[in-house]
Amino acid sequence: MSDKIKVFYEVPADDFTRAGEASSNLKSMLKKMGMNPETVRKVAIAMYEGEINMVIHASGGTIDVTVSQEEIEMVLKDQGPGIADIEMAMRAGYSTAPDKVRSLGFGAGMGLPNMKKYSDELKIESQVGIGTTVTMKVKIQC
Amino acid sequence: MTIEDIKEILGARFIVGDEWKNREVHTACGSDMMSDVLAFMKDQSVLLTGLCNLQVIRTAEMMDIVCIVFVRGKMPEDAMIEMAREKEIALLSTGHRMFSACGLLYEKGLRGGPTYQ
Ligand SMILES: Nc1ncnc2c1ncn2[C@@H]1O[C@H](COP(=O)(O)OP(=O)(O)OP(=O)(O)O)[C@@H](O)[C@H]1O
Ligand SMILES: [Mg+2]
Repeated sequence: MSDKIKVFYEVPADDFTRAGEASSNLKSMLKKMGMNPETVRKVAIAMYEGEINMVIHASGGTIDVTVSQEEIEMVLKDQGPGIADIEMAMRAGYSTAPDKVRSLGFGAGMGLPNMKKYSDELKIESQVGIGTTVTMKVKIQC
Repeated sequence: MTIEDIKEILGARFIVGDEWKNREVHTACGSDMMSDVLAFMKDQSVLLTGLCNLQVIRTAEMMDIVCIVFVRGKMPEDAMIEMAREKEIALLSTGHRMFSACGLLYEKGLRGGPTYQ
């Protein structure tokens, strides 16, 4: 079967209370499809971390999700400041989040490591001053 | 232990979820940093936190956390309560500080995740 489900989300800028709506929506959808709960949770956590990053480090963005028989692909695009040193950003504990973001419960520098941990494939493309595209794939377990 | 046991041990009160009080809790996690919580994937856990905003409920939702305990007497706002009810996440509030709340539950046999490498 080659049937693919595509979903598109817009993540609004500077709206911290709405951050996570896209991930929540996708999680409910996958759950309703009867997908393995472990897979659903991995997708939800990985996408949520990416969605939060788009809100706190960039000015929102878009998320394209493709669900196929084998995997779930999430492409998160933003036109934020970009990441100068991706290798450094990937390190557990590395964060440039200001105190204001820390007081909201983010900025532990664990988001990207978590995205790597919960996805089967993670690709980050970024250009300073232009934006960041994060692509994650999670294999569907039976 | 159950959500009801946690409530009793911590002298806490239900904000949401009295009707789910018999649900089992297997592990616990205490943190004010949400990505720290998100690093910890365990079934049927309880989250203890001093952070009190909508993203705490979102984080719990993503993780399938069954119960959130707000320490230091923190009280969630209406929007958080509504979201928790919709996602079936029990909310408790206790006057204990984080250290004591975790200690009391640990003493009764509740455990956290493995040590970080
Ligand atoms: N979409 C993005 N645009 C620009 N910079 C980003 C983006 N995502 C991550 N970064 C940079 O990479 C760093 C590490 O990201 P990561 O998600 O691991 O940690 P954090 O968001 O700072 O904290 P946490 O995720 O633990 O709340 C960020 O502090 C930021 O400098
Ligand atoms: Mg992050």
